This record gives sequence, C-alpha cells and structure tokens, in this order.
Amino acid sequence: MSIDLKTIKHISKLSRISVDEKKAEKLAGDLNSIFDFIEKLNELNTDNVEPLTSVAETTLKLRSDEVKSKNLRDQVIKNSPKENEDYFVVPKVIE
Amino acid sequence: MSDITKQSLSELVENIKGKKLSSSEVTKAFVERSEKSKELNAYITEDYANALNKAKKFDEKPNLNLKLPGIPMAVKDLFCTRDLRTTAGSKILNNFVPTYESTVTQNIWNEGAILMGKLNCDEFAMGSSNETSFFGNVQNPIDKNLVPGGSSGGSSSAVAAQLTPITIGTDTGGSIRQPASFTGTVGLKPTYGSCSRYGIVAFASSLDQAGPMAQNVKDCALLQEVISTYDEKDSTSIDFKRNEYSKELTKDIKGKKIGIPKEYRVDGMPKEIEDLWKKGIEYAKDCGAEIIDISLPHTNYALPTYYIVAPAEASSNLARYDGVKYGFRAEGENLIDMYEKTRSKGFGAEVQRRIMIGTYVLSSGYYDAYYLKAQKVRKLIKNDFDYAYKKVDAILTPSTPSSAFKIGEKTNDPVSMYLNDIFTVPVNLAGLPGISIPAGHDAKGYPLGLQIIGKAFDEQNILNIAYAMEEKINFKNNINDWWIK
Repeated sequence: MSIDLKTIKHISKLSRISVDEKKAEKLAGDLNSIFDFIEKLNELNTDNVEPLTSVAETTLKLRSDEVKSKNLRDQVIKNSPKENEDYFVVPKVIE
Repeated sequence: MSDITKQSLSELVENIKGKKLSSSEVTKAFVERSEKSKELNAYITEDYANALNKAKKFDEKPNLNLKLPGIPMAVKDLFCTRDLRTTAGSKILNNFVPTYESTVTQNIWNEGAILMGKLNCDEFAMGSSNETSFFGNVQNPIDKNLVPGGSSGGSSSAVAAQLTPITIGTDTGGSIRQPASFTGTVGLKPTYGSCSRYGIVAFASSLDQAGPMAQNVKDCALLQEVISTYDEKDSTSIDFKRNEYSKELTKDIKGKKIGIPKEYRVDGMPKEIEDLWKKGIEYAKDCGAEIIDISLPHTNYALPTYYIVAPAEASSNLARYDGVKYGFRAEGENLIDMYEKTRSKGFGAEVQRRIMIGTYVLSSGYYDAYYLKAQKVRKLIKNDFDYAYKKVDAILTPSTPSSAFKIGEKTNDPVSMYLNDIFTVPVNLAGLPGISIPAGHDAKGYPLGLQIIGKAFDEQNILNIAYAMEEKINFKNNINDWWIK
C-alpha cells in the first residue's frame, strides 16, 4: 500500500492541520514507512476474534443527577485565548 | 545534614517523622540542587518560592501522621496542577493554567507532599527520548548528550540526578519503564484502572496510566500506595481492594512461578541484553523463585497494534485543541483556517504525524482494515497473557532492547524510535502492571533494566519480586554530577 500526496491532503483536511507541499512529502514518506510496519497485522486471521475495546472489565456506574459544582463561569473562560464577557470568541461564521 | 538529596524517600520520611530534619531543610536542599542543575533541562516550570513557603507552613504545624510529610516533589507536566501552568510539553498548552487538580496529584498533596515544579516530557507524552518536547530535550545525568528516555524523560532525569526524591510519570506504551531503565531508576506502570486518569492530559485513553518513579522499590511501593485510589471522576477507574503496598512489601518470594517468554528473544537483540536477562533469571532463582518457560505468541504484533490504537485514540483526544476554549491560537481568515493554522503551528511534528495516522485509520473505508483489525489483535495479545498466567505468577523480561542512545540518533527514523517500546507496549495493550528495576550496566557503563510483569491488580506481587531481586542485584548508579556548575 502507498499513501500518496492526494491522500495526505485529504487526511490533513480531516485532521484540521494545514500542510504545504514540502511537509506533505515528508509526511507521505513517514506514513508509508509506518504503514509498511503496520501491515504485519494482515498475517493474522482474526475472523472469529472479538475486538477488545477496553481492558477495564467494568460497566459504567450510575450516579444521582445532582449539580456538584456551581458558578464555574470564570474558571471555564479563564484560559480562553479570546473572550467577550460570557462568550468564547471565534472568527465570524454566519454572514 | 549535608547529603539530604542523597537520601531515599523512605529515609527522608523517617528523618522528618523523627524530627531530625524539617520539611524546610529538605525542600531547600532539593530546590538548591535543582537550581544548580538547569543544564539537564528537567524542569519546564519551577515553583520553588511557593514550595519553600509551603514547607515553612508545614513545619509550623507538622502533621507527622501523613505518608509523605513535608516531602518536596516535582511531577511530570502532564498532570493538571491548579494555578500552576501545565503544558504537556506542547506549544499549544504553553499558557494553560488549570483551574482544577488531577486526582493523582491531589492524593499526593493530601498526604503532605509539596510541589516543587513540573517536569519535562515528550509532547503529549508521544516519544521515547524526550526529544519531541517544545521545551527542548532533556539530558540524562548518566552521560552528556544521552537521552533520558521518554516520554517521562524529565521525571527519570530528575530522580536519577536527585533533584526530587520521587516523582510520578505516565505510561501509555512504556513511558515510565523505558526512561527508568535508561537512567538506572525504578518505575512502575500500574494496572489499567488503578490510578485515576482525571486531570491528566489525555493521550490514548484505553492505555494511559500514571505511576511512581523512584530510586528504589520501597519508595515506589509507598508512592503507589498514595496515588492508587478509586475515583468516580474517571469512568474507567476500578473499585478493587488496594494493598498498603509499602507495609506489605516482603522479600520472601519463595516458590513464586516466574515465566520467561521465548518470543521476547527478538532478532538483533544485543548480547548484553541477553546476558542481563540470563543474570536476572539467576537472581530470581537465588531468591527462591521457580523459572518456567512460557510462550506469548503474538508478541511481534504488539507494536503494529499499538501504532494503530494509540494514534487513533490520540487523534480523537487531541481534537479538543482548536484554539477556542484554551491554549494557543493562530489567527485565520475564517473559522476553519483558524483551526488549521492553530493546530499546524501549535503541535510539533511527531504529534501531527500521530494525529494524521490516527485520523487515517479511523477514516471511512479504512476503519475495519486498521482500527477494528488492531482491536482484534489486541484481544489475542491479552489472551496470550491470560493463558500464561494460568501457569505463572509473574513474567520476567528485559525492559528495553538497548541502553540509552544519543540525542539525535533516532529522530529521523520514526519506526526505529518506536522499536524501543517492543517489551513494554504489550503490557499496556493487556492493561497489566509492569515494573522496571535497574539490573546492570552495558559495556559503556550505561544502566540496563529488567521488567517484571504481573497479573491485573497484582502490584504487590511484582513489587515483592522486584524488592527481593533488587537486594541480590545491588545496583549502583554511576552519577558524577557532571552538569553541576
């Protein structure tokens, strides 16, 4: 299998990470060598194997629906790179 | 006492409890040594003035019943610390100051310890050499220009150099055990679900575990006892009976069955690693353990599995860094442009590479071929261990396939860097506890480690085996303070 520049551009779009031509070429090389290494898994027949999603064999615990922390506005907004009173600020989305 | 920083955690606790030392004296000693050790670049953020103040306060009203009374300690910069910058080694969190505390660090402060600062690590814990940190690489106190391992490289360097008596790291594929092995220190990766992940910057949620790093097994046991608690804030935290690991520690391991997996004898393994392993087997026998050959047939598939599962989870976890709610933002022409520029400028090359791998293996049309396939192989790897543990109580392997390498030696070849974790990754995939203890030196005089892998929730057993073997090995670290000006 080979990951071409077109695929890199597609993944970069999905990942929301911009790449220029030079970076795309470097990434294609890196990803191809990593996927060559990953291909080893195809040696194994896993048709009747259940996928392991979590090693913690536990079911989610229920808790009562109570508000435990209040008045977190200042804490929530504190690390925002740009804010306006109660809001996070982003570039204009709706014309 | 002039040699405070040479004392182990257990000695310091004893001296503070016995009123032979005050917390201020101890804290001052470690702060002074840390200040003289800037060349190691072990710290990202120092908090010395606050630490000295807290020590003074502790001494005014000392509570000597605590497990870590007035003990100063620096922690990996992946743990959120309230009001103290937490970067995860990344530019994208360069200015992030948490408004809450991780459960693991809170447990430590509740037992009387004092925060000295935040230790360097690979960016988002993605690396095996601490070279992917935005804050620069870390020097291994063993030798100049040698990596301290990763991702908990600042932690291993700081413990080996005695800048902190103990520390905590995190381990997703070997990030506690490999740096411990590279620096002649002890590192424990607990069972998945043993230590809460609440407030730890997430890398791969089904693999991440916090754990102690120390100069000896006893200190490691004491710290594990403090940090391992059930926590309802982490939905994968497991409610099981936790031992008082340090109190129940024993060197009596007579009759314990220790497995030697033949698949860990990998192609091209240096002879000195092979010899170390043989020596380890002899030490275990000397302690009264019974050695049994076992097979873990899917060992060779662990790394390829890991490099699907971990990046997939990382790509999902790191989607939150969008320049909106916290962290670094690069301005853009519109919202999408801002996201793309923020992430392109805020993440380093290795993190971007892993996000791209993860995005690809989860993308439409490839999910079954990669991600689902990896989850199935992960099941086979776990089955291998389950089967082996019907015959043995623990498993003994080398910690790493080599000793520490030079800074820059592997940065251009991601796959050769990944191979470092060949003996540690299967343990994370199966969710088991593993401990690395220093067990010898190679021809260059660099430390080498042995790993003991346990059954799930059986930390006490591997700590006991490590404790017994530690005495037989009688390892001495060659630290000559070359970095101190």
